[in-house]
Amino acid sequence: MEIGREGVINIVVAVALLAIPFAAVVLDETFYITLATRMAILALAAVGLNFALGLGGLVSFGHAAFFGLGGYAAGILATHAFNAEPLLLWPIEILGSNSMPVIWLTAIAISALVALPIGAISLRTTGVYFIMITLAFAQMIYYFAISWPAYGGEDGLSIYVRNGFPGVNTLNPLTFFLICYTLLIVALFLFAVFKDSRFGAALQAARQNETRVAAVGIAPYRIRLAAFVISAAIAGLAGALFADLNRFVSPSMLSWQMSGELIILIILGGTGRLFGPVAGAMIFVLVEYFLGGITERWQFFLGLTLLVVVLFARGGFIGLVAGRTRHE
Amino acid sequence: MNEPILEISGLSKNFGALRATDNVSLDLGPGEIHALIGPNGAGKSTLIHQIAGTLKPDDGVIRFLGREVNEAGPVARARMGLGRSFQVSSLAPEFSALRNVMLAVQSRQGSSFRFFKPVMRDRSLLDPAMAALDRVGLAARADVPAAELSHGERRQLEIAIALALGSKAFLLDEPMAGMGPDGSKSLTAFLSALRDEAPILLVEHDMDAVFALADRISVLVYGRIIASGSVDDIRNDPAVREAYLGNAE
Amino acid sequence: MTLALFIEQLLNGIQLGVMLFLMAAGLTLIFGVMGLINLAHGSFYMIGAFACAAVAAATGSFWLGLAASLAAAALVGALVEMTVIRRLYERDHLDQVLATFALILIFSEGTRWLFGSFPLYLDIPQVLSGTIDLPGGSRYQLYRMAIIGVGVAVAGGLYLLIARTRLGMRIRAGEADREMIGALGVDIRTLYTVVFALGAALAGLAGAMVGALQSVQVGMGEPVLILAFVVIVIGGIGSIKGALIGAILVGVVDTMGRFLLPQFFISFMGPSQGTAVGSALASMLIYILMALILAVRPSGLFAAKG
Repeated sequence: MEIGREGVINIVVAVALLAIPFAAVVLDETFYITLATRMAILALAAVGLNFALGLGGLVSFGHAAFFGLGGYAAGILATHAFNAEPLLLWPIEILGSNSMPVIWLTAIAISALVALPIGAISLRTTGVYFIMITLAFAQMIYYFAISWPAYGGEDGLSIYVRNGFPGVNTLNPLTFFLICYTLLIVALFLFAVFKDSRFGAALQAARQNETRVAAVGIAPYRIRLAAFVISAAIAGLAGALFADLNRFVSPSMLSWQMSGELIILIILGGTGRLFGPVAGAMIFVLVEYFLGGITERWQFFLGLTLLVVVLFARGGFIGLVAGRTRHE
Repeated sequence: MNEPILEISGLSKNFGALRATDNVSLDLGPGEIHALIGPNGAGKSTLIHQIAGTLKPDDGVIRFLGREVNEAGPVARARMGLGRSFQVSSLAPEFSALRNVMLAVQSRQGSSFRFFKPVMRDRSLLDPAMAALDRVGLAARADVPAAELSHGERRQLEIAIALALGSKAFLLDEPMAGMGPDGSKSLTAFLSALRDEAPILLVEHDMDAVFALADRISVLVYGRIIASGSVDDIRNDPAVREAYLGNAE
Repeated sequence: MTLALFIEQLLNGIQLGVMLFLMAAGLTLIFGVMGLINLAHGSFYMIGAFACAAVAAATGSFWLGLAASLAAAALVGALVEMTVIRRLYERDHLDQVLATFALILIFSEGTRWLFGSFPLYLDIPQVLSGTIDLPGGSRYQLYRMAIIGVGVAVAGGLYLLIARTRLGMRIRAGEADREMIGALGVDIRTLYTVVFALGAALAGLAGAMVGALQSVQVGMGEPVLILAFVVIVIGGIGSIKGALIGAILVGVVDTMGRFLLPQFFISFMGPSQGTAVGSALASMLIYILMALILAVRPSGLFAAKG
């Protein structure tokens, strides 16, 4: 298969992200491994959002809800395992867990289950309504997390020991990075495959012209709902990893700022681009780290940058270096 | 006469005080082209919307293939075989002409919930889509994004999509609009042959095309059908001349 | 639970509703006329509160502060409209969301730069500091009552403005058809700036009035903004009437939920669990209300347009 200019850039971005932690090991600056892991996890969440936003044109301003739910799934399971208290005794006994695969599946399932009714209601509307309603539902979960005292309420929940993965030592930062990186690549692969499938064709066509899709006999609603749920599930997985990275979960993972940041990641990288979220997450974390080191007011400059990107450089980073999207 | 494919009886639709569709009855039999004409603002678009299912009538019945479809939405009617072209071209602009048609083939084949096989390597989608493009004379432009097609080419593409859907009736809303004389002529010939495949309800302003094509004409004025009959009947109907032809130009 | 307490909570709910109305009216007007979703509307609320607190602290007069809040919010609103917002009208909603999100970051950090990270405090003016007697023997803060009065006056004023004045006629024309009002020879650019500044001023007024009840701090605008979104989603985007009814509904349901639900659950679950369940449920109540209303009417109660 021919690899276009964008393909080359994608490979460069993927290799660059992979190179950071190895360079960090060589330079003995382990902190940079954490930065790279943060990039990979945020990129994963944004790849999730990109299913809804990039392919489906569904501007969800509430994906922090799923990111946070994944985080809480990790935090709650780990806490119960740590305290050796069952999560539920009746009707069935559910125990805590500190095994990453179990936690990931739980995070994916919970996010998808919650996304189903939220999507089902929100997708009855379009445009601005959809933006506001997804935002409002995320706020609902945010306020619930704050006011429910059992799992730390406003103070959040600590994970005392990073959860484990069979056969490897997750306490090693490089190992944990590689786990996150692998999951990111798997998600990107899924994104690329789905995009070219019948499902992806219907989803993208519904974004471009809803009336046309209905007129050929495809109901956009169900296609979009499926995309929304898939999108939420991936964001939930990212949330579980994020909790393990920070060994801490708090309502801030569910906040509207988090939802906004996820959208920003996609836009900085380039909307609708396969590697847009990855490039966006790398730029975002770098800006956050370096600007944050120079000035306390880094968010001011982040705001200005974002404003300039939106007003004048709509293709984002990949659009800037790869030129405009090839038509299919 | 044969059993009609599409049958509309007593259809009415009000927007507040405005009676946009007023007790309209018309039908479409196998193998015919039934043209619907009328001055601007006569309510043609409103009527088309109700037939396609994007607007609910206040009163009356719409039957398609013998079944009442009042409660069916546009998606269901399209799946039953009501192929529609739009007055203002309605395509997926970023997709190529080919991918636009493939979407119709995909819908006709059933579920869109297939996640893994790449569509561009799926012969069961590609071949019928290319065949439909070929029939409307657009095969050479298959890879051009819909947004970059000329006005006339988009009309052709709309018809290719309706063909690919395997439509049992066509609902064509001003297919000639914006076409040059050559384009109109070839499209006229194409539509004339198309009627043998499935009947056409044709909304059109181009009178030359209407008179050349139509087996029957119905004239809609202020939401009501004031006359219906053969080309000659309509040409000579004094009420039509008064209400429509007299001040159309 | 006494009747007096119940009435007090009900009035608190209405007062919250009135304040939400001031936010929602501007948002819904801006969306109705210009088709713009403005996340930075909460920033005008914050700017109003800071302007009021700063001017009141410098001059000792709450009323000068209030005037300053209106002026500052309107001025910043007009400037933002002319520099940034007007480039967004033709853009899709995603661009609007991002650009106005960027404005939030700029305004929040900018305010922190100017005023520091510590909250400011604003006193209730002397004239309004007492309480009033209500029928039934209860008493209620005069200041909160005044906020309700201001809200009612603004609602009436907006109604007159839109129904009776030339500006209102242009606003209605703009909602109906953007090209038409251009054809009427109305200077659209000025109209949009005026509408945007008006919306900003209303938000600033709300911020200033609430500033005397809470602390004035960066980030105070966004929770209110999101509530205002819930209000206009419930009321129907573009409808002032919907904004008013939605605002009162949300204000009352939220306040009464927080007041009644814990008591209800305590009555059969005991104090600690009852409070937890009741307050958790109360915090979600308006969103549940929103979901229910949308399930029945996807475009809100008084949708002006789809």
